[in-house]
Amino acid sequence: MLRQRLYTSQYSFFDKLKSIDYFLVFLILILAAISFMVMYSIDGGKIAYYTKNHFIRFSVFFVLFLFLSFVRIRFWFISSYIFYLIILAMLVMVFYFGVTASGSQRWINLYFINIQPSELMKIAIIICFARYYHRMQSADLQNFKNIFLPLVLLTIPCIFVVAQPDLGTAILIAISGIFVMWIAGLNIKYFVYTGIMLLVSTPFIISLLKPYQKLRILTFFNPERDPLGAGYQIIQSKIAIGSGGFFGKGFLKGTQSYLEFLPEKHTDFIFTLYAEEFGFIGCLFLLLIYILLIYRIVRIGFLSRSFFAKLYCFGFSAAIFAYIFVNMSMVLGIVPIVGSPLPILSYGGSSMLTIMIGFAIVMSCKIYNTDQIS
Amino acid sequence: MLSQKEIRSSFSKNEIINRRVFLLAAAKIVLFGGMTYRLFNLQISDREKYLLLSDKNRLREWKTPPQRGIITDYFNNVIAENDRVFQLHVNLEEVKDFNNLIVRLKTILNLNNNNLRYIYKKVSKLKPWDTLVVSDNLTWEQFSRLNLYLHELQGAEPVLSSARNYPYDKDLVHVVGYVGEASAKDIMSNEKIQSNYVPGLKVGKSGLEKSLEGDLIGRYGIKRYEVNAYGKRISQINQVESIKGKKVTTTIDVECQQLAQNLLKGQSGSICAMDIYTGEIIAMASSPTYDPNKFTHGINIKDWNEIKNNPLKPLINKSLAGLYSPGSIIKPLVALAALEFDIIKPNMTVKCEEVIELYGQKYHCWKKKGHGFMRLRNAIKQSCDIYFYEVARLLGVDRLSILAKRYGLGSKVLGDLYIDEKIGIVPSTKWKLENLGLPWYLGETIITGIGQGYIQSTPLQLCLMTAQLANGGYKIKPQIILDDELNYEDIRSMIKLDLEKYNLSSNPKKLIELNKDILQEQNIELYKPMYRNPENVKFVLEAMFASTNELYGTSFNSRHEDEKYQFAGKTGTSQVRRITEAEREADLKISEIEYKNRDHALYVAFAPYKDPRYAISVLIEHGGSGSKVAAPIANKFIKKIIDRHKFREFKRIKVNDLA
Repeated sequence: MLRQRLYTSQYSFFDKLKSIDYFLVFLILILAAISFMVMYSIDGGKIAYYTKNHFIRFSVFFVLFLFLSFVRIRFWFISSYIFYLIILAMLVMVFYFGVTASGSQRWINLYFINIQPSELMKIAIIICFARYYHRMQSADLQNFKNIFLPLVLLTIPCIFVVAQPDLGTAILIAISGIFVMWIAGLNIKYFVYTGIMLLVSTPFIISLLKPYQKLRILTFFNPERDPLGAGYQIIQSKIAIGSGGFFGKGFLKGTQSYLEFLPEKHTDFIFTLYAEEFGFIGCLFLLLIYILLIYRIVRIGFLSRSFFAKLYCFGFSAAIFAYIFVNMSMVLGIVPIVGSPLPILSYGGSSMLTIMIGFAIVMSCKIYNTDQIS
Repeated sequence: MLSQKEIRSSFSKNEIINRRVFLLAAAKIVLFGGMTYRLFNLQISDREKYLLLSDKNRLREWKTPPQRGIITDYFNNVIAENDRVFQLHVNLEEVKDFNNLIVRLKTILNLNNNNLRYIYKKVSKLKPWDTLVVSDNLTWEQFSRLNLYLHELQGAEPVLSSARNYPYDKDLVHVVGYVGEASAKDIMSNEKIQSNYVPGLKVGKSGLEKSLEGDLIGRYGIKRYEVNAYGKRISQINQVESIKGKKVTTTIDVECQQLAQNLLKGQSGSICAMDIYTGEIIAMASSPTYDPNKFTHGINIKDWNEIKNNPLKPLINKSLAGLYSPGSIIKPLVALAALEFDIIKPNMTVKCEEVIELYGQKYHCWKKKGHGFMRLRNAIKQSCDIYFYEVARLLGVDRLSILAKRYGLGSKVLGDLYIDEKIGIVPSTKWKLENLGLPWYLGETIITGIGQGYIQSTPLQLCLMTAQLANGGYKIKPQIILDDELNYEDIRSMIKLDLEKYNLSSNPKKLIELNKDILQEQNIELYKPMYRNPENVKFVLEAMFASTNELYGTSFNSRHEDEKYQFAGKTGTSQVRRITEAEREADLKISEIEYKNRDHALYVAFAPYKDPRYAISVLIEHGGSGSKVAAPIANKFIKKIIDRHKFREFKRIKVNDLA
């Protein structure tokens, strides 16, 4: 039974192979290659800790991605709520038994790896909402009680994540969910009202913030306020990026990053290192890759028959865009520092796992795009 | 199967979704565009700015200290050099927790509480961007331990530097001076110090070290490093070498100087020696003396107090900063003046009966019962005061002052080289009116004739005066820095030729007539005659010979029989205070008089008499008697100088050949 549900279908294996979006795979591999180059640079021009780990993780999760791509989209549809609940349970577990690192309690220890459930929630919420809105009629959409449930489904994990504390990821989860709601057709006016409400309650929200988060906002507006403390990262990031110039300083020659002026260069500030070494032209290239990536995902969305698949793909594309945008803006000093990894490029197991699972589902949408889900 | 309603609914749903996705896509494009624009801003438009900031981040410049020029004596023996030292500097900007750092350093370097107190005191005076020199002289042990723990000591910087070392320590300090840490005043007053300032820089504080600072200091070098965010040096980018300061060669002969200091040991006094033609100073000793090496790294309180509280005043360079009444030393000059101005003839006779009276004041001769009938030669030889009272009375203080000034008294001998050099006093009626607002009295004239009263001179001035008499009465320029251009042969032949012209001339009297203008002349050119009649000078020199080498001469007991060393000189005993009649009656021996009341003992001489080359002066403060105390020292010293002469000649010929 399960087997049937999982992958038995009318297509032959060969057909499935044919319907893989190889261009998407290619783009993922290019991003991986770029990330390896950057990790190599971080390791100081040799294959050490970062390069090795990142490579292993990518390889393992890439294989996982390939396998999971053959899972029928139906399976994802059926298990979406379960998936969501499992991740939520993990979040609760983190809250009580979590592993702490760098002052926040975000991980669960699973013997040889630590998992960050908040990352997985980013995908879980998309799948969850995609299923929720799959069946819904457009008329029923605006019904208040039909909005209430998704909001609850959204808010609960966010609260747990904020409590870790991890405001950045919480915001991204919220954004992912809201995007799906938007795409599904929720009336604009709800968004407008919410937006206004948020704006009005901003002072209240700010007062709830922890001191370091308040500081982050203040230094965002004026990094020079505290150039050696809170503003340090933004200032250094801008200096590093700006000094890259048009062609960049060259592979392995990123002096700012290399000389330890830039902290967190393997995660949040990976783009800075990349920009310093490969310059404006390198950045344009990377942006292009990401744009193409998103385009492919959106295309798969259009090619899919079921709403679930469509909603999922479109939602995922918007989410990926959000991750990229938030990270790059943060690094460029446009947005306060929140701590958000760049897809595939950033070092980090949970982030990589999440993205790969996400892509796997997208690929599944592509392979089984003619499936109808009732 | 889907119902009609459902199908319709799904179409409109599709529409909605599609529309929204397009909107989203458009939004994404806009945002991506925004990002690109921002990237463009940073990487293209503002690139220069960020490049500059990135360089400012990672490049640091350090000034490396300049190498101080070395100082040598005439024979290239090094008297001031630079030793390698290990230092610890702390860059205050890079230190996160200063107290913590100091605690660490205390253990690593084995500092005691005094050291710590001193460090904190130093820091309180510094600005936050300054560099603190924790120690400018670490032992090798301390230095290596420091390097071992360096990674924990953010902001600490071990520095390889150099420190001044004086191999002859006490013996040359009054010629060369010493160095110490540059004070704010030093930096303000000297532009070269200002531009070359590195933390811990040592600058000259006295003597030649100070006056020749500009030449000695050299120029700093630059080291450019790439640093990481912790200020740790990663790699050296480039380096500009520091420039060594100029080498200074003095005219001093270390051996003669050392003997001079030895002869003065335990006393307060001075010995100077000068070449009578080139003006080169062979030795300039002053006692007591001190060790300049103690100042290089900061002198400790105990040593400083020892120096400061020594009643014989080691810090004062007696040779050029000590002012004394010349006493009988002035007599040859008085005699010369009287002869030149045609006031007296050598055969003028005066009866010395130990005392004369003038306007109710009594003026004594040193010899009890007097000298009896005296002529000029004898008066010089036996140093008769009464004779010279008469000569002075006839000459007048103003005419004497002209000649005294001409022969080197009353002005600095070495120009600006020694800031502590004194000018001395050559009194005249005008001088007294201008400086004391009082008229001149005849009584003062006559005591000036025996070198007492207002007249004050330094031992170096007396040496110069003797030199200019000994060379026949020609003006010379004293040097303590070797001048390669100066050629003894040239000067000697110039003078010889000039003297010859009197012998060669058919009418020498006429020549002498023509010299008349010289009498009032104040400024005479170098190597030109300062006399009107060369015979006058000859006479005086001959009288000095008698004073030393003939029986009854005041320095007869100190003479050299050997012609090689034979010298001619003049004793001097300079009163420090008025002697009352009662004391005269008591006629105490020197040893019975309290030290500070004893007369100073002076002696000047030139040698070898046959063909003089050197002039010397000796001063022993409170020595009591010139002939008993100063002359014997001169005897020993002159022997050394003559013995060293051949080495000096050999070196000179080499030097002159190269020039």
